[in-house]
Amino acid sequence: MKKCLAFLLLIAAAMVAAPALADAPITVHLKNHKFSPSVIKVKANKPSMIILYNDDDSADEFDSSSLKIERVVPGHNKANIRVRALAPGKYPFMGEFHAATAQGVVIAE
Amino acid sequence: MIAALIIVFREVIEAGLIVGIVLAATTGVPGRGRAVTMGVVAGVLGACLVAGFAGELANLFQGSGQELFNASILLLAVGMLTWHNVWMASHGREMARELKAAGHQVRSGERTLTALSVVVGVAVLREGSEVVLFLYGIAAQGGTSAAAMVAGGGMGLIAGAAVSALMYFGLLTIPAGKLFQVTSGLITLLAAGMAAQAVIFLQNGGWLEFFTNTVWDTSWLIRDDSITGKLLHTLIGYSQAPNGAQLIAYGATIGMIVILMRLVNAPQPSKHRSVQA
Repeated sequence: MKKCLAFLLLIAAAMVAAPALADAPITVHLKNHKFSPSVIKVKANKPSMIILYNDDDSADEFDSSSLKIERVVPGHNKANIRVRALAPGKYPFMGEFHAATAQGVVIAE
Repeated sequence: MIAALIIVFREVIEAGLIVGIVLAATTGVPGRGRAVTMGVVAGVLGACLVAGFAGELANLFQGSGQELFNASILLLAVGMLTWHNVWMASHGREMARELKAAGHQVRSGERTLTALSVVVGVAVLREGSEVVLFLYGIAAQGGTSAAAMVAGGGMGLIAGAAVSALMYFGLLTIPAGKLFQVTSGLITLLAAGMAAQAVIFLQNGGWLEFFTNTVWDTSWLIRDDSITGKLLHTLIGYSQAPNGAQLIAYGATIGMIVILMRLVNAPQPSKHRSVQA
């Protein structure tokens, strides 16, 4: 219970100082269970934002263990996906519900 | 079909392991079957609701509604698990005695059933909403492949339930005198892992922006997206590359539970191994 309180306070404190994003958001579409673009380049060591439009009828989940993101996006919906500041490297992601085709990678450089 | 089986299996074991631990932790308590069933039913109903309103939920709080919702229910579960453990610390000894004595009835344990019912509900809700969305998407497409996928989903459900049952019956082989000590330890690690996961959701929602650097990386050993990784993630909060805030939440939760359990002046639980966050 105390933990919850402490966390609420923490949230309140963090909300006061919401940091600005480094660059304009990157738009990505998911259609026929494929990402386009499927290779997304971001600046290393800066947070970025991906706006994912799911143009399919069915929901999918933007899932990446290396990015630590799991985000359900219903059909014909969009999601603002925050990507933390990344060390240079490749960070694969997938649409978990259609992993056979929905694959992509974030490249931080 | 295999894809459907794997997805459903993964979600079901995550919720199922938690149910297995809760069942073991309430061994001998009358009314626990009803409490766990209510938790599961409420969780399934909640999962359908969340799946149905996934779009609306996501659009709340400047597009971070889903993250805030996930973090909130995880922290609710952390609170309930803490309450259970602290309560057990003050009553666990008499419960173990009653259990050994004769009764498969442990009257004194009824108090925290509500808390554990909520934990079960939260676990089913979180994993269930993804299963509902996934299966609904397949069913909406129709056709023979859809039937195969639903069959795969059904098999995934059964396989997941079987692993959870193994967990439960495995725990039951522990002698009655030690059982509650073991489940207390498991529940502490469960709570710590959930707190660390809540931190990730808060970070993704943009509410926590400090200590986000990766502290270590063990993806070469166990990957988060492997079955072993998923199991360890659910049980002890394993993360292949935890960041500072995650580790702080993990350690703080273990510390808080252990200190509270001592404060209620109880026989010491078994040593808590802080494995990894």
